[in-house]
Amino acid sequence: MISLAGRDILHSWGKFVFTGVGLGLLIGVTLSMAGIYRGMVDDAKVMLDNTGADLWVVQQGTQGPYAESSSLYDDLYRSLLAMPGVEYAANVTYLIMQVGHGEQDVSTMVVGVTAGKPGTPGQPRNLVAGRHITRSHYEAVADITSGFQLGERIRIRRNLYTVVGLSKRTVSYNGDPMVFIPIKDAQEAQFLKDNDSLVQQRRRNAENPAFNRAGIPDLLAVVNASQSANTYVNAVLVKLKPGTLPEDAAEPIRRWKRLQVYTRTQMESILMDKVIAKSARQIALFLVILSIVSAAIVAFIIYTLTLGKIREIAVLKLIGTKNRTIAGMIMQQSLALGVIGFVVGKITATFWVPIFPKYVLLEPLDSVAGFFAVLTICALASLVAIRMALKVDPAEAIGG
Amino acid sequence: MSGKGIHIEGLKKRYGEGDTAVHALKGVNMQVAPGEVVGLIGPSGSGKSTLLKCLGAVIDPTAGRMVLGDEVIFDNGWKVRDLGALRRDKIGFVFQAPYLIPFLDVTDNVALLPMLAGIPNGEARAKALELLTALDVQHRARAMPSQLSGGEQQRVAIARGLVNRPPVILADEPTAPLDSERAMAVIRILNDMARQFETAIIVVTHDEKIIPTFKRIYHIRDGVTHEEAGEGRGFE
Repeated sequence: MISLAGRDILHSWGKFVFTGVGLGLLIGVTLSMAGIYRGMVDDAKVMLDNTGADLWVVQQGTQGPYAESSSLYDDLYRSLLAMPGVEYAANVTYLIMQVGHGEQDVSTMVVGVTAGKPGTPGQPRNLVAGRHITRSHYEAVADITSGFQLGERIRIRRNLYTVVGLSKRTVSYNGDPMVFIPIKDAQEAQFLKDNDSLVQQRRRNAENPAFNRAGIPDLLAVVNASQSANTYVNAVLVKLKPGTLPEDAAEPIRRWKRLQVYTRTQMESILMDKVIAKSARQIALFLVILSIVSAAIVAFIIYTLTLGKIREIAVLKLIGTKNRTIAGMIMQQSLALGVIGFVVGKITATFWVPIFPKYVLLEPLDSVAGFFAVLTICALASLVAIRMALKVDPAEAIGG
Repeated sequence: MSGKGIHIEGLKKRYGEGDTAVHALKGVNMQVAPGEVVGLIGPSGSGKSTLLKCLGAVIDPTAGRMVLGDEVIFDNGWKVRDLGALRRDKIGFVFQAPYLIPFLDVTDNVALLPMLAGIPNGEARAKALELLTALDVQHRARAMPSQLSGGEQQRVAIARGLVNRPPVILADEPTAPLDSERAMAVIRILNDMARQFETAIIVVTHDEKIIPTFKRIYHIRDGVTHEEAGEGRGFE
């Protein structure tokens, strides 16, 4: 038996191809939306991977350092090094900042890390050029997507930093490139006040009789100094000795140090369920809407194409063509439209993804799932047209 | 092969019920032998189309009896389960307009019926080509319907009606869109095919040009048929 659907498509291939291209662009958008969601998830996971940490130690009662702010004394890591199962512990701070680059600002996440030997948690991974931070001040390693060049001097708050290394896929959970600087500089940058504020604060302290006592002349200087310095970090990243279970190491820290400790699984859960959850739901809703729109378009196109063949369908029914053959013809055309659309959509998505400002991850398995989703949508969308075709009276071919 | 043409007794068709019922056919009797071409004529609203639809197993008669070849197909109810298969295998249709499937070429338009009946594609196409040759359109075998003239399209439609060698062909105004010469050619072809394939052909027509060519004519008026002898002139 010949393929009626195939012959009809070949006969009016132009109509099918152009319709398929239109549908394909819509499918391309749908695939890109899925890719944006995957990119967000991947950004969050990559950020956790790049820390190299097994545990995140944060302020008690907080879900820091990504979902909430958290402050810890910067000497806490020493006592953590003495806890069972801990191999390394390193301070870390995170600041979201606009760093100047030429005439434009680059939205970055500035990360204060401890300069140390390879394997120290928090150090940037995936260096593609240059070297790690080796000095305690004024050096930076930047993600390559920031646009900064090796040797470039960038300003963070009042200080200038020399870019000594470039890394790849070191981004924050929202896709901003990270700029790594020494921890001391980052601590200073985090709470650095402008000169006017400092003058104002010192005047207030001088006018406060509790700080400016006649019998204790150095007290005011000590208070001023303590208010200008920052001895806090956002978290301590802990790397465990091989064979140590994260929960086994986390529990004593929670119990004896009275701090909040998250394992990798828990931290990933916080990021997914709290930090990017709303964006993910928004994208999921877009995906649902786009799927419904695609289904409606396919249904409308197939319905219109079938409507144009009512006389032929009546003749086919009159000469004894089985209903399932006619239904099969319509469904095959709908599926063919879906296949054309998917191929066009996949190709266009692949081409336009690199120009998206955010990371878009097109997973092969998502494409496979998308392909079957398109086929399912097309099959369902053809049901309206099939229903109409099956209602066609063969007597219409005779007329009268 | 065909057997005994078509035999109809007391065929009735009623639309609606009660006071609003319309009796479109009030007891039609017809007998068309294999190889015979008869005319069915009558004014608008006389019941021609209803009769054609009943004979074509497209609508259900209310009462009566229809025998196709050796098989009783209707006796106050359908005696065959699959009316689609009945139309495909036992009844050929030729319409006023050819209604060829626009996305199939000439050969496949004709070969479609045997293919639907389960005959392999190659064999079906061979049967189609044989008929196209008999109707002198074999040179357009690979053409699409849109590339054919009106006369060629009608000959392809006749080939499609004949391809499964049905005992009966129902031709609904087959010459309406054609000029006299082509109309005569179509009627000649129908007569040739009826003789060659032992097929009973019922031609519904208003066409004054072709009515004199029938040897027998059924007049239908107010749902009742009256048989009379035709002139049976030649086709020239």
